[in-house]
Amino acid sequence: MIKKPKKYSVFSLVRNALSYHENWQPAWRNPEIKKNYDAIIVGGGGHGLTTAYYLAKNHGIKNIAVIEKGWIGGGNTGRNTTIIRSNYLWDQSAALYEHALKLWEGMSQELNYNVMFSQRGVMNVAHNLHDVRELKRRWNANRLNDIDCEWLNTEQVKKFCPVINTSPNIRYPVLGATLQRRAGTARHDAVAWGYARGADAMGVDIIQNCEVTGINVSNGNVTGIETTKGTINSKKIGVVSAGHTSVIAKMAGIKLPLESRPLQALVSEPVKPVIDTVVMSNTIHAYVSQSDKGELVIGAGTDGYNSYTQRGGFNIVEDTIMAIVELFPIFSRMKMLRHWGGIVDICPDASPIISKTHINGLYFNCGWGTGGFKATPGSGWVFAHTIANDQPHALNAPFSINRFSSGELVDEHGAAAVAH
Amino acid sequence: MLLINCPYCGEREQEEFSCGGEAHIERPKNPPELSDDQWADYLFLRQNIKGLQFERWNHSFGCRKWFNVARNTATDEILAVYHIDEKPPQLESNDPITPCGEPKIGSGNFSTTKK
Repeated sequence: MIKKPKKYSVFSLVRNALSYHENWQPAWRNPEIKKNYDAIIVGGGGHGLTTAYYLAKNHGIKNIAVIEKGWIGGGNTGRNTTIIRSNYLWDQSAALYEHALKLWEGMSQELNYNVMFSQRGVMNVAHNLHDVRELKRRWNANRLNDIDCEWLNTEQVKKFCPVINTSPNIRYPVLGATLQRRAGTARHDAVAWGYARGADAMGVDIIQNCEVTGINVSNGNVTGIETTKGTINSKKIGVVSAGHTSVIAKMAGIKLPLESRPLQALVSEPVKPVIDTVVMSNTIHAYVSQSDKGELVIGAGTDGYNSYTQRGGFNIVEDTIMAIVELFPIFSRMKMLRHWGGIVDICPDASPIISKTHINGLYFNCGWGTGGFKATPGSGWVFAHTIANDQPHALNAPFSINRFSSGELVDEHGAAAVAH
Repeated sequence: MLLINCPYCGEREQEEFSCGGEAHIERPKNPPELSDDQWADYLFLRQNIKGLQFERWNHSFGCRKWFNVARNTATDEILAVYHIDEKPPQLESNDPITPCGEPKIGSGNFSTTKK
């Protein structure tokens, strides 16, 4: 029997303070692996954990294992720049990301876990006539999809974010921006921990440090997986392994339209509050926000070649910093503290694949590329539906693997506010 | 950053090059005869290997010529550089021990000039 975890509250905080915070319970169990599960999720990142959580909560499938090669919060969930928004151009993407944004809005309460979701607004800056036209088009598309979005002119941009350089004499002057006020940031690893705790409380087994080495298929049906901790049987397997999806797919003889590339990010030394929103620029490809600790969180573009090394080239960092310093001269003397890379799986149309495969019981949720974090709850929601019912949810039906044969691509390259 | 030994110009920084993706993908001879799946396979599906990959590079800020590179995507180690019309060389790469394991040597910046 699963012991329900203690609810976090101000009283539990006081109670634990009296014992010097030495008696907090672990947020989730460290269970023994069973031989059989109703469903196995490969990959214990945000998307995998939300999938398990919603399978248990919405579909009553509770005998689930989440298999994670490393540790919870150690992959791309803990490596992104935590930006959450839903201002996508195309209807299919807008619906999916907006569903996710609505789940973000109630997440801390639902999970009884503070994910520090902060709706501080995301501003997408235009630097030339083309940007202005593209962003205004997207602003109108968003309004048609009931997604909040505003257009700011240069003066309004300066008023909303005073540290930005709006001089007309810089190489890429600020000509305006779109603003989604409901967008913002969240504490990324808390999201993984919160969903891990929530799933665990419903009986999901979270198995860390366990690597998948093979997928067993018999007569076109999936029967289980081979791992470094032995064989585990299940008739339903959902693969949510981000950058390593192609590696897992190869075990089942499936070829996917994915390319895995390093995506870098870096944070500065912590300073007093200086920027209270998220600023993104497509043209000069940089984005910046400030964490609750005071560090500037800066994201770059992907490196231009396939790699699984979790580090990229220094030239990308240099380009990003150049862009940030021109846009924010006030940051020019700040020191950067940490820098890392994550491996992102990019689809040719920069949209995800949330789909069944030709093997019965084998499902893939991948191809989120550089922008998966914002979709975490929505992705798990629709993927759980797909696994439980063996057919896609209305929201992820357009994101089937078959779109590459039918030609019905959801082309979000550039349309998604930043280039992928 | 990678150091790439352009077969025409010698060793230069990666910033001068653009990667053209997986090499040795042959354009189908009779596109109208292909099924949608076969055409999707040619256009979109990629091996995306973790380990030894053969890929095309273009020295776009140099001689602007195309050539092939054999690189281990698990370590970024460049193992061979060869001409665009050559067949891939027989190579032993330092592949990860398990299918999705991590390589022993980690991910450093490697030069193409091998001893």
